Amino acid sequence: MRITQGCFSFLPDLTDEQISAQVEYCLSRGWAVSLEYTDAPHPRNTYWEMWGMPMFDLRDPKGVMMELEECRKAVPDHYIRINAFDSTRGFETVTMSFIVNRPKVEPTIRMDRTEVDGRSIRYTHGIVR
Amino acid sequence: MNDAAAAPSSIDLHAEYEGSGAKEVLEELDRELIGLKPVKDRIRETAALLLVERARQKLGLAHETPTLHMSFTGNPGTGKTTVALKMAGLLHRLGYVRKGHLVSVTRDDLVGQYIGHTAPKTKEVLKRAMGGVLFIDEAYYLYRPDNERDYGQEAIEILLQVMENNRDDLVVILAGYADRMENFFQSNPGFRSRIAHHIEFPDYTDDELFEIAGHMLDDQSYHMTHGAEAALRDYIGLRRAQPHFANARSIRNALDRARLRQANRLFTHASGPLNARALSTIEEADIRASRVFRGGLDSERRAAEALAK
Repeated sequence: MRITQGCFSFLPDLTDEQISAQVEYCLSRGWAVSLEYTDAPHPRNTYWEMWGMPMFDLRDPKGVMMELEECRKAVPDHYIRINAFDSTRGFETVTMSFIVNRPKVEPTIRMDRTEVDGRSIRYTHGIVR
Repeated sequence: MNDAAAAPSSIDLHAEYEGSGAKEVLEELDRELIGLKPVKDRIRETAALLLVERARQKLGLAHETPTLHMSFTGNPGTGKTTVALKMAGLLHRLGYVRKGHLVSVTRDDLVGQYIGHTAPKTKEVLKRAMGGVLFIDEAYYLYRPDNERDYGQEAIEILLQVMENNRDDLVVILAGYADRMENFFQSNPGFRSRIAHHIEFPDYTDDELFEIAGHMLDDQSYHMTHGAEAALRDYIGLRRAQPHFANARSIRNALDRARLRQANRLFTHASGPLNARALSTIEEADIRASRVFRGGLDSERRAAEALAK
Protein backbone atom coordinates (compact mmCIF):
# COMPACT_ATOMS: atom_id res chain seq x y z
CA MET A 1 0.00 0.00 0.00
CA ARG A 2 1.40 3.35 -1.01
CA ILE A 3 2.11 5.48 2.04
CA THR A 4 0.87 9.02 1.60
CA GLN A 5 2.39 11.56 3.94
CA GLY A 6 4.16 14.86 3.39
CA CYS A 7 4.11 16.84 0.16
CA PHE A 8 3.73 15.28 -3.28
CA SER A 9 2.83 11.87 -1.93
CA PHE A 10 -0.17 11.54 -4.22
CA LEU A 11 2.01 12.24 -7.24
CA PRO A 12 4.26 9.74 -8.94
CA ASP A 13 7.68 9.49 -7.25
CA LEU A 14 9.86 12.51 -7.88
CA THR A 15 12.88 12.08 -10.10
CA ASP A 16 16.26 13.19 -8.81
CA GLU A 17 16.01 16.29 -10.96
CA GLN A 18 12.66 17.18 -9.43
CA ILE A 19 13.96 16.53 -5.92
CA SER A 20 16.90 18.77 -6.65
CA ALA A 21 14.54 21.52 -7.85
CA GLN A 22 12.44 21.21 -4.68
CA VAL A 23 15.55 21.43 -2.51
CA GLU A 24 16.64 24.45 -4.49
CA TYR A 25 13.32 26.06 -3.59
CA CYS A 26 13.82 25.22 0.10
CA LEU A 27 17.30 26.71 0.10
CA SER A 28 16.10 29.82 -1.71
CA ARG A 29 13.68 30.37 1.19
CA GLY A 30 16.50 29.97 3.68
CA TRP A 31 15.30 26.70 5.17
CA ALA A 32 17.70 24.12 6.55
CA VAL A 33 17.34 20.79 4.80
CA SER A 34 17.78 17.44 6.50
CA LEU A 35 17.32 13.77 5.69
CA GLU A 36 15.52 11.14 7.73
CA TYR A 37 14.83 7.45 7.15
CA THR A 38 12.73 4.72 8.68
CA ASP A 39 11.36 1.26 7.99
CA ALA A 40 8.18 1.84 10.00
CA PRO A 41 5.91 4.27 8.18
CA HIS A 42 3.16 4.08 10.80
CA PRO A 43 1.39 7.44 10.97
CA ARG A 44 2.11 7.67 14.69
CA ASN A 45 5.83 7.18 14.05
CA THR A 46 6.66 10.88 13.86
CA TYR A 47 10.33 10.66 14.68
CA TRP A 48 12.33 9.01 11.95
CA GLU A 49 16.04 8.23 12.19
CA MET A 50 18.19 11.23 11.32
CA TRP A 51 20.67 10.83 8.50
CA GLY A 52 23.44 13.11 9.72
CA MET A 53 22.87 16.62 10.93
CA PRO A 54 20.49 19.10 9.36
CA MET A 55 22.40 20.97 6.69
CA PHE A 56 22.60 24.63 7.53
CA ASP A 57 24.50 27.12 5.35
CA LEU A 58 24.01 25.23 2.11
CA ARG A 59 23.79 27.25 -1.07
CA ASP A 60 23.33 24.57 -3.66
CA PRO A 61 21.10 21.44 -3.70
CA LYS A 62 24.05 19.33 -4.81
CA GLY A 63 25.15 18.95 -1.18
CA VAL A 64 21.77 17.46 -0.26
CA MET A 65 21.76 15.23 -3.31
CA MET A 66 25.16 13.82 -2.33
CA GLU A 67 23.84 12.95 1.11
CA LEU A 68 20.69 11.44 -0.38
CA GLU A 69 22.78 9.26 -2.64
CA GLU A 70 24.76 7.99 0.31
CA CYS A 71 21.67 7.45 2.39
CA ARG A 72 20.08 5.46 -0.45
CA LYS A 73 23.21 3.36 -0.67
CA ALA A 74 23.16 2.65 3.07
CA VAL A 75 19.41 1.99 3.47
CA PRO A 76 18.04 1.24 0.00
CA ASP A 77 14.92 -0.53 1.23
CA HIS A 78 13.74 2.14 3.66
CA TYR A 79 11.61 5.20 3.48
CA ILE A 80 13.70 8.37 3.17
CA ARG A 81 12.27 11.83 3.50
CA ILE A 82 13.62 15.32 3.11
CA ASN A 83 12.62 17.88 5.74
CA ALA A 84 12.99 21.62 5.42
CA PHE A 85 13.23 23.49 8.69
CA ASP A 86 12.24 27.14 8.85
CA SER A 87 14.12 28.89 11.64
CA THR A 88 12.21 32.17 11.31
CA ARG A 89 11.12 33.38 14.73
CA GLY A 90 7.54 32.41 15.28
CA PHE A 91 7.71 29.43 12.93
CA GLU A 92 10.73 27.44 14.12
CA THR A 93 9.36 24.24 12.70
CA VAL A 94 9.51 21.89 9.75
CA THR A 95 7.69 23.64 6.94
CA MET A 96 8.06 21.10 4.20
CA SER A 97 8.60 17.39 4.14
CA PHE A 98 8.45 14.89 1.32
CA ILE A 99 9.31 11.26 0.73
CA VAL A 100 12.16 10.67 -1.69
CA ASN A 101 12.70 6.93 -1.38
CA ARG A 102 10.36 3.99 -0.80
CA PRO A 103 11.02 0.28 -0.25
CA LYS A 104 10.31 -1.98 -3.19
CA VAL A 105 7.40 -3.61 -1.39
CA GLU A 106 5.56 -1.24 0.89
CA PRO A 107 3.89 -2.58 4.01
CA THR A 108 0.15 -2.26 4.43
CA ILE A 109 -1.53 -0.43 7.25
CA ARG A 110 -4.42 -2.33 8.73
CA MET A 111 -7.16 -0.81 10.84
CA ASP A 112 -8.64 -2.77 13.75
CA ARG A 113 -11.98 -1.89 15.29
CA THR A 114 -12.63 -2.83 18.90
CA GLU A 115 -15.98 -2.42 20.62
CA VAL A 116 -15.67 -0.93 24.10
CA ASP A 117 -18.07 0.63 26.60
CA GLY A 118 -21.18 -0.81 25.01
CA ARG A 119 -21.17 -0.09 21.26
CA SER A 120 -18.41 2.56 21.16
CA ILE A 121 -15.63 1.79 18.75
CA ARG A 122 -11.87 2.25 19.26
CA TYR A 123 -9.58 2.23 16.26
CA THR A 124 -5.96 1.04 16.20
CA HIS A 125 -3.65 0.85 13.22
CA GLY A 126 -0.97 -1.72 12.72
CA ILE A 127 1.59 -2.41 10.02
CA VAL A 128 1.30 -5.66 8.13
CA ARG A 129 4.31 -6.70 6.09
CA MET B 1 10.21 25.62 -33.76
CA ASN B 2 13.01 23.40 -35.01
CA ASP B 3 15.06 26.40 -36.07
CA ALA B 4 15.28 27.74 -32.57
CA ALA B 5 16.52 24.45 -31.21
CA ALA B 6 19.19 24.04 -33.90
CA ALA B 7 22.67 25.31 -33.09
CA PRO B 8 23.47 28.79 -34.43
CA SER B 9 26.03 28.86 -37.22
CA SER B 10 28.12 31.71 -35.87
CA ILE B 11 28.65 33.46 -32.58
CA ASP B 12 29.75 36.96 -31.68
CA LEU B 13 32.38 36.60 -28.98
CA HIS B 14 32.27 40.25 -28.04
CA ALA B 15 28.52 40.24 -27.61
CA GLU B 16 28.96 37.11 -25.48
CA TYR B 17 31.63 38.83 -23.46
CA GLU B 18 29.48 41.84 -22.73
CA GLY B 19 26.27 39.89 -22.34
CA SER B 20 27.66 37.44 -19.79
CA GLY B 21 28.68 40.16 -17.36
CA ALA B 22 32.28 38.95 -17.41
CA LYS B 23 33.23 42.37 -18.70
CA GLU B 24 32.05 44.12 -15.54
CA VAL B 25 33.97 41.71 -13.31
CA LEU B 26 37.18 42.17 -15.26
CA GLU B 27 36.80 45.94 -15.29
CA GLU B 28 36.10 45.92 -11.57
CA LEU B 29 39.25 43.86 -11.11
CA ASP B 30 41.27 46.40 -13.07
CA ARG B 31 39.81 49.30 -11.18
CA GLU B 32 39.92 47.98 -7.65
CA LEU B 33 43.12 46.00 -7.65
CA ILE B 34 46.34 47.89 -7.98
CA GLY B 35 49.36 46.27 -9.62
CA LEU B 36 49.14 42.46 -9.87
CA LYS B 37 49.59 42.64 -13.63
CA PRO B 38 50.51 38.97 -14.14
CA VAL B 39 47.49 37.92 -12.10
CA LYS B 40 45.13 40.06 -14.13
CA ASP B 41 46.60 38.73 -17.36
CA ARG B 42 46.08 35.17 -16.24
CA ILE B 43 42.51 35.86 -15.20
CA ARG B 44 41.80 37.50 -18.53
CA GLU B 45 43.23 34.48 -20.31
CA THR B 46 41.09 32.17 -18.21
CA ALA B 47 38.01 34.24 -18.95
CA ALA B 48 38.80 34.12 -22.68
CA LEU B 49 39.19 30.35 -22.55
CA LEU B 50 35.88 29.95 -20.75
CA LEU B 51 34.10 32.23 -23.21
CA VAL B 52 35.45 30.29 -26.17
CA GLU B 53 34.49 27.01 -24.52
CA ARG B 54 31.01 28.33 -24.00
CA ALA B 55 30.77 29.48 -27.61
CA ARG B 56 31.97 26.07 -28.80
CA GLN B 57 29.32 24.44 -26.69
CA LYS B 58 26.64 26.64 -28.23
CA LEU B 59 27.78 25.73 -31.73
CA GLY B 60 27.62 22.09 -30.83
CA LEU B 61 31.35 21.47 -31.13
CA ALA B 62 33.05 18.88 -29.00
CA HIS B 63 33.78 20.40 -25.63
CA GLU B 64 34.75 19.26 -22.23
CA THR B 65 34.28 21.17 -19.00
CA PRO B 66 37.74 22.61 -18.48
CA THR B 67 39.47 21.87 -15.20
CA LEU B 68 39.16 25.08 -13.25
CA HIS B 69 40.87 24.21 -10.00
CA MET B 70 43.57 26.76 -9.30
CA SER B 71 46.43 27.47 -7.01
CA PHE B 72 47.27 30.99 -5.88
CA THR B 73 50.79 31.41 -4.60
CA GLY B 74 52.29 34.56 -3.21
CA ASN B 75 53.52 36.28 -0.10
CA PRO B 76 51.13 37.38 2.64
CA GLY B 77 48.93 40.35 1.87
CA THR B 78 49.21 40.17 -1.90
CA GLY B 79 45.46 39.92 -2.47
CA LYS B 80 44.91 36.19 -2.88
CA THR B 81 41.61 36.13 -1.03
CA THR B 82 40.34 39.25 -2.76
CA VAL B 83 41.12 37.81 -6.16
CA ALA B 84 39.48 34.51 -5.21
CA LEU B 85 36.31 36.41 -4.40
CA LYS B 86 36.40 38.10 -7.80
CA MET B 87 37.16 34.79 -9.44
CA ALA B 88 34.04 33.27 -7.90
CA GLY B 89 31.99 36.12 -9.36
CA LEU B 90 33.60 35.71 -12.76
CA LEU B 91 33.03 31.95 -12.91
CA HIS B 92 29.45 32.48 -11.87
CA ARG B 93 28.82 35.04 -14.61
CA LEU B 94 30.32 32.72 -17.17
CA GLY B 95 28.11 29.91 -15.92
CA TYR B 96 30.82 27.57 -14.65
CA VAL B 97 29.61 27.57 -11.07
CA ARG B 98 25.93 27.75 -10.25
CA LYS B 99 25.90 30.03 -7.21
CA GLY B 100 29.21 31.88 -7.20
CA HIS B 101 29.77 32.10 -3.45
CA LEU B 102 33.17 31.72 -1.84
CA VAL B 103 33.73 29.38 1.09
CA SER B 104 37.05 30.22 2.70
CA VAL B 105 38.55 27.54 4.94
CA THR B 106 41.83 26.56 6.57
CA ARG B 107 43.15 23.29 7.96
CA ASP B 108 41.06 23.58 11.11
CA ASP B 109 37.82 23.51 9.13
CA LEU B 110 38.75 20.38 7.22
CA VAL B 111 40.75 18.19 9.56
CA GLY B 112 39.21 16.61 12.63
CA GLN B 113 40.59 16.01 16.10
CA TYR B 114 40.15 12.27 16.39
CA ILE B 115 39.66 9.19 14.27
CA GLY B 116 36.48 9.38 12.21
CA HIS B 117 36.06 13.10 12.72
CA THR B 118 37.81 14.27 9.57
CA ALA B 119 35.62 12.79 6.87
CA PRO B 120 32.32 14.28 8.10
CA LYS B 121 34.02 17.62 8.69
CA THR B 122 35.54 17.76 5.23
CA LYS B 123 32.31 16.62 3.62
CA GLU B 124 30.36 19.24 5.52
CA VAL B 125 32.63 21.95 4.11
CA LEU B 126 32.43 20.49 0.63
CA LYS B 127 28.65 20.42 0.80
CA ARG B 128 28.61 24.08 1.78
CA ALA B 129 30.94 24.90 -1.09
CA MET B 130 28.88 23.09 -3.73
CA GLY B 131 27.88 25.41 -6.53
CA GLY B 132 30.61 27.86 -5.59
CA VAL B 133 34.30 28.19 -4.95
CA LEU B 134 36.17 26.50 -2.11
CA PHE B 135 39.16 28.57 -1.08
CA ILE B 136 41.68 26.67 1.04
CA ASP B 137 44.05 29.13 2.63
CA GLU B 138 47.52 27.89 3.53
CA ALA B 139 46.73 24.56 1.98
CA TYR B 140 50.15 23.06 2.81
CA TYR B 141 49.15 22.68 6.45
CA LEU B 142 46.86 19.88 5.31
CA TYR B 143 49.90 17.74 4.77
CA ARG B 144 52.18 17.09 7.73
CA PRO B 145 55.04 14.88 6.57
CA ASP B 146 56.45 14.59 10.10
CA ASN B 147 53.38 12.76 11.38
CA GLU B 148 52.37 9.66 9.49
CA ARG B 149 49.07 9.34 11.28
CA ASP B 150 48.05 12.93 10.72
CA TYR B 151 44.41 13.19 9.71
CA GLY B 152 45.26 15.75 7.05
CA GLN B 153 45.92 12.94 4.61
CA GLU B 154 42.33 11.80 4.92
CA ALA B 155 41.05 15.28 4.12
CA ILE B 156 43.37 15.42 1.11
CA GLU B 157 42.01 12.14 -0.23
CA ILE B 158 38.41 13.29 0.05
CA LEU B 159 39.28 16.60 -1.56
CA LEU B 160 41.03 14.92 -4.47
CA GLN B 161 38.10 12.64 -5.04
CA VAL B 162 35.58 15.48 -5.08
CA MET B 163 37.84 17.64 -7.25
CA GLU B 164 37.81 14.85 -9.81
CA ASN B 165 34.18 13.70 -9.61
CA ASN B 166 32.37 16.98 -9.01
CA ARG B 167 34.21 19.22 -11.43
CA ASP B 168 30.89 20.69 -12.56
CA ASP B 169 29.81 21.47 -9.03
CA LEU B 170 32.65 23.31 -7.44
CA VAL B 171 36.00 24.92 -8.08
CA VAL B 172 38.78 24.50 -5.55
CA ILE B 173 41.40 27.20 -5.09
CA LEU B 174 44.47 26.39 -3.01
CA ALA B 175 46.39 29.34 -1.68
CA GLY B 176 49.62 29.81 0.19
CA TYR B 177 53.19 30.99 0.17
CA ALA B 178 55.09 30.02 -2.95
CA ASP B 179 57.92 27.90 -1.53
CA ARG B 180 55.77 25.89 0.84
CA MET B 181 53.13 25.30 -1.82
CA GLU B 182 55.88 23.95 -4.04
CA ASN B 183 56.81 21.43 -1.34
CA PHE B 184 53.17 20.57 -0.85
CA PHE B 185 52.66 19.83 -4.53
CA GLN B 186 55.85 17.82 -4.63
CA SER B 187 54.64 15.51 -1.91
CA ASN B 188 51.07 15.37 -3.24
CA PRO B 189 51.38 14.84 -6.99
CA GLY B 190 47.64 14.19 -7.17
CA PHE B 191 46.99 17.84 -6.48
CA ARG B 192 49.41 19.12 -9.06
CA SER B 193 47.85 17.10 -11.86
CA ARG B 194 44.33 18.15 -10.92
CA ILE B 195 45.13 21.84 -10.84
CA ALA B 196 45.39 23.43 -14.24
CA HIS B 197 45.98 27.03 -13.32
CA HIS B 198 48.89 28.10 -11.19
CA ILE B 199 48.74 31.83 -10.59
CA GLU B 200 51.58 33.64 -8.88
CA PHE B 201 51.02 36.84 -6.97
CA PRO B 202 54.02 39.16 -7.07
CA ASP B 203 54.92 41.48 -4.19
CA TYR B 204 53.72 45.05 -4.49
CA THR B 205 56.21 47.80 -5.27
CA ASP B 206 56.49 50.76 -2.88
CA ASP B 207 54.50 52.96 -5.25
CA GLU B 208 51.72 50.42 -5.52
CA LEU B 209 51.54 50.10 -1.75
CA PHE B 210 51.29 53.85 -1.48
CA GLU B 211 48.46 53.88 -3.98
CA ILE B 212 46.72 51.08 -2.06
CA ALA B 213 47.03 53.11 1.13
CA GLY B 214 45.39 56.02 -0.68
CA HIS B 215 42.46 53.80 -1.68
CA MET B 216 42.06 52.42 1.82
CA LEU B 217 41.93 55.91 3.30
CA ASP B 218 39.53 57.09 0.60
CA ASP B 219 37.18 54.24 1.43
CA GLN B 220 37.12 55.32 5.06
CA SER B 221 36.97 59.00 4.01
CA TYR B 222 40.26 59.98 5.57
CA HIS B 223 42.94 62.00 3.83
CA MET B 224 46.62 62.70 4.44
CA THR B 225 48.49 65.97 4.57
CA HIS B 226 51.55 66.32 2.32
CA GLY B 227 53.80 65.71 5.29
CA ALA B 228 51.89 62.54 6.11
CA GLU B 229 52.19 61.34 2.51
CA ALA B 230 55.96 61.73 2.62
CA ALA B 231 56.05 59.99 5.99
CA LEU B 232 54.01 57.11 4.64
CA ARG B 233 56.38 56.67 1.70
CA ASP B 234 59.31 56.52 4.13
CA TYR B 235 57.33 54.14 6.28
CA ILE B 236 56.71 51.73 3.41
CA GLY B 237 60.40 51.67 2.52
CA LEU B 238 61.43 50.99 6.12
CA ARG B 239 58.68 48.51 6.89
CA ARG B 240 59.58 46.34 3.92
CA ALA B 241 63.05 45.72 5.33
CA GLN B 242 61.69 44.66 8.72
CA PRO B 243 60.50 41.16 9.60
CA HIS B 244 56.90 39.96 9.11
CA PHE B 245 56.22 42.34 6.27
CA ALA B 246 52.83 41.42 4.79
CA ASN B 247 52.39 43.77 1.85
CA ALA B 248 48.94 45.37 1.76
CA ARG B 249 48.01 43.88 5.14
CA SER B 250 50.94 45.65 6.82
CA ILE B 251 49.80 48.87 5.24
CA ARG B 252 46.26 48.40 6.46
CA ASN B 253 47.51 47.77 9.98
CA ALA B 254 49.74 50.82 9.78
CA LEU B 255 46.80 52.96 8.73
CA ASP B 256 44.65 51.55 11.50
CA ARG B 257 47.30 52.52 14.02
CA ALA B 258 47.65 55.95 12.42
CA ARG B 259 43.92 56.45 12.89
CA LEU B 260 44.29 55.40 16.48
CA ARG B 261 47.00 57.99 17.04
CA GLN B 262 45.02 60.62 15.19
CA ALA B 263 42.02 59.98 17.42
CA ASN B 264 44.21 60.17 20.50
CA ARG B 265 45.81 63.39 19.28
CA LEU B 266 42.43 64.98 18.69
CA PHE B 267 41.17 63.79 22.01
CA THR B 268 44.07 65.09 24.08
CA HIS B 269 45.03 68.26 22.25
CA ALA B 270 41.88 69.61 20.63
CA SER B 271 40.25 72.52 22.35
CA GLY B 272 36.89 73.67 21.12
CA PRO B 273 34.73 72.14 18.39
CA LEU B 274 36.25 70.06 15.57
CA ASN B 275 35.06 70.20 11.99
CA ALA B 276 34.80 67.27 9.57
CA ARG B 277 38.11 68.22 8.02
CA ALA B 278 40.01 67.94 11.26
CA LEU B 279 38.32 64.62 12.03
CA SER B 280 39.39 63.10 8.73
CA THR B 281 42.92 64.45 8.41
CA ILE B 282 45.90 62.25 9.14
CA GLU B 283 48.98 64.32 9.90
CA GLU B 284 52.64 63.61 9.60
CA ALA B 285 53.04 63.10 13.33
CA ASP B 286 50.40 60.36 13.32
CA ILE B 287 52.57 58.28 11.04
CA ARG B 288 56.01 59.36 12.24
CA ALA B 289 55.15 58.15 15.75
CA SER B 290 55.25 54.56 14.47
CA ARG B 291 57.79 52.19 15.96
CA VAL B 292 58.87 51.30 12.44
CA PHE B 293 60.86 54.53 12.34
CA ARG B 294 62.72 53.41 15.44
CA GLY B 295 63.62 50.03 13.99
CA GLY B 296 60.52 47.91 14.61
CA LEU B 297 59.15 46.25 17.72
CA ASP B 298 61.41 46.67 20.75
CA SER B 299 61.84 42.93 21.25
CA GLU B 300 62.76 42.42 17.61
CA ARG B 301 65.13 45.36 17.55
CA ARG B 302 66.96 44.02 20.60
CA ALA B 303 67.16 40.60 18.98
CA ALA B 304 68.60 42.11 15.80
CA GLU B 305 71.14 44.12 17.81
CA ALA B 306 72.18 41.05 19.76
CA LEU B 307 72.64 39.22 16.50
CA ALA B 308 74.78 42.03 15.10
CA LYS B 309 77.09 41.81 18.11
